[in-house]
Amino acid sequence: MLSKSKIFFKGIVAVLPHMLSVIPFGIITGAIGIELGFDPILVYATSLIIFGGASQIIFMQLLSGGASSLVAITSVGVINSRHLLYGAVLSEYLEKLSFIKKLLISYFIVDQGFAESNKYIKQNKNLSNPHYYVLGTGVTLWFCWQLSTISGIILGSFIPDELGLKFAIPLTFLAIIVNDLRKLDHVFVMLVSGFASLILFNAPFKSYIILSPIVALIAAFIMLRFKK
Amino acid sequence: MTWFSIIVSGIITYFSRMAMVALIDREMLGTKVKEVLNYVPAAVFPAIIFPGVFFNDFGLLVEITDPKIYGAIVALVVGFYSRSVIATIVSGLLSYWFIIFFLLR
Repeated sequence: MLSKSKIFFKGIVAVLPHMLSVIPFGIITGAIGIELGFDPILVYATSLIIFGGASQIIFMQLLSGGASSLVAITSVGVINSRHLLYGAVLSEYLEKLSFIKKLLISYFIVDQGFAESNKYIKQNKNLSNPHYYVLGTGVTLWFCWQLSTISGIILGSFIPDELGLKFAIPLTFLAIIVNDLRKLDHVFVMLVSGFASLILFNAPFKSYIILSPIVALIAAFIMLRFKK
Repeated sequence: MTWFSIIVSGIITYFSRMAMVALIDREMLGTKVKEVLNYVPAAVFPAIIFPGVFFNDFGLLVEITDPKIYGAIVALVVGFYSRSVIATIVSGLLSYWFIIFFLLR
């Protein structure tokens, strides 16, 4: 039986490779905020209060571009609504926790942490304290995100644009799902989601980010009916 | 006003993380829903990957010759065979940089 701290540590190790993209992404986020003319404290506040890279960038871009608060807030809500799906999956592993602990651990649910936790817990079904794994991934990502956005704020855009580091973002998500390419049903759902996102990309409020998964999950639902 | 927007956005984001974990009873979800939820990673992440590869900064589709496409293909192949997160990201970035710094100069 693995001790709590060992499980926590395993969670930390699992997300370390993702730092290759999380840290540059955090630096870019901080630097973009300053470039757009926001107060450094405000830029950092988005990391602490919103804590979600893509949504922070879009939030600041919209506000600085003259969009209303309502539009900016709506966009953040739409982009981050994908967490509802993560929560629905993780709730199975977290259901034994007290209400207060559920409230606390929720703050740390992030893309990469969710993906690694889901993978590990599925492979180790009789883990007694799976939430320590979720926490290990989440806390690590939280710290690195805070530190890297702060560095971005301080150092500004010292990373040359030509490096195209933004490309690390799709790569990190590719790394998350690349193993599932071995399963044809998953590949089908991925293709539906990917093509839907290309078609819906210009829909208002960046809503492609939640509309595409919904389309793909409906496709998965229909596929499951036919498989039976 | 900006502060107000940040705080409201933060509350909404936190709610999106917390709602399903803390407020929904697992028993409320049927087996069908649970089966579909298996596909959540496959349904969510391509919607981040595809636009990141196939659109440029101005929201326009890139050309078929765009370095990002080839970087992504290399990452895909390396990731598939190595099953390693690090190898996937590094191979994608390196091949992308190789194209833009050596082949296109």
